[in-house]
Amino acid sequence: MTSHAATVDSTAQRPERGLGVYDKKVGMWVFLCSEVMFFTGLIGSYIILRFGASDVWPMPGEVLNVPVTAVNTFLLICSSVTMVKAFAAAEVGDLKGMRLYLLATAVIGAGFVGVQVFEYNQLIHHGFLPSSGLYGATFFTMTGFHGLHVTVGVICIAWVTAKAYRGGYTQEDHEGVEVIGLYWHFVDLVWIILFTVVYLI
Amino acid sequence: MLAGGAEAVAEAAVAAETEHQQPRYMAIWATLAVLTAIEVGVAFLGFSRSVTVLALLGMAVWKALLVAFYFMHLKYEPKALRIMVAAPLIPAALLVLVVLLEY
Repeated sequence: MTSHAATVDSTAQRPERGLGVYDKKVGMWVFLCSEVMFFTGLIGSYIILRFGASDVWPMPGEVLNVPVTAVNTFLLICSSVTMVKAFAAAEVGDLKGMRLYLLATAVIGAGFVGVQVFEYNQLIHHGFLPSSGLYGATFFTMTGFHGLHVTVGVICIAWVTAKAYRGGYTQEDHEGVEVIGLYWHFVDLVWIILFTVVYLI
Repeated sequence: MLAGGAEAVAEAAVAAETEHQQPRYMAIWATLAVLTAIEVGVAFLGFSRSVTVLALLGMAVWKALLVAFYFMHLKYEPKALRIMVAAPLIPAALLVLVVLLEY
């Protein structure tokens, strides 16, 4: 009986257990680990299809508009830095700065989706479709799944921004800002890989 | 544009010292932007195929690591979390490498 009480006591005294990271953050990281395998599956399939059909594969820039997408890549990098600045502002209690940086992230993120819609529209107008052979199929599958992730991210960041404007985050508690930030940076990271693999190589 | 970028980097450096150990986010942003520009250049400068592919993959990994370590602040997380995050990279690397060995 006494030993049981002692066990409970010693557990209560430990401020951090497990990974030493709060639950929401661990949850997001576990989800992102599964996302790593999701996108690796796509990239693995892409390698097989591309090497299997290398004679019909276009060179970079032949079909895709690389300058437009390079600008879009830059946009996504900018939105990543505004996201991390929102978190940094929250850390030092600059809640006004946090709200503005969150708003900027949502707007720039929406801009990325807008440019991608423009790109798809142009490609489809020129007759390049998901049904246009393996190249079209892999291109639209990979960039489409990434675009879906960005869209979900923009919706979530808009939600977090609205909560921030209602006073939902403080210097002490801004876990939501950090966790959505992790997702957003991951989406940026995936794009860094996809831009190289799909557009440049 | 360039001067503005340099100013931003300098500001970030000052900010990094005052905001107790916050990384220099604007300097990392500038690095990511410059690497992206170099990538586009390398892709179209007409180096040999193997040089181009290796350089592009190297820069992509470099950028990805900058994002993971600084923007996602993995660098400052407990070791246990970093090990957990590294775990899926092993099957991911196996999948890509084994598939590449086919060709």
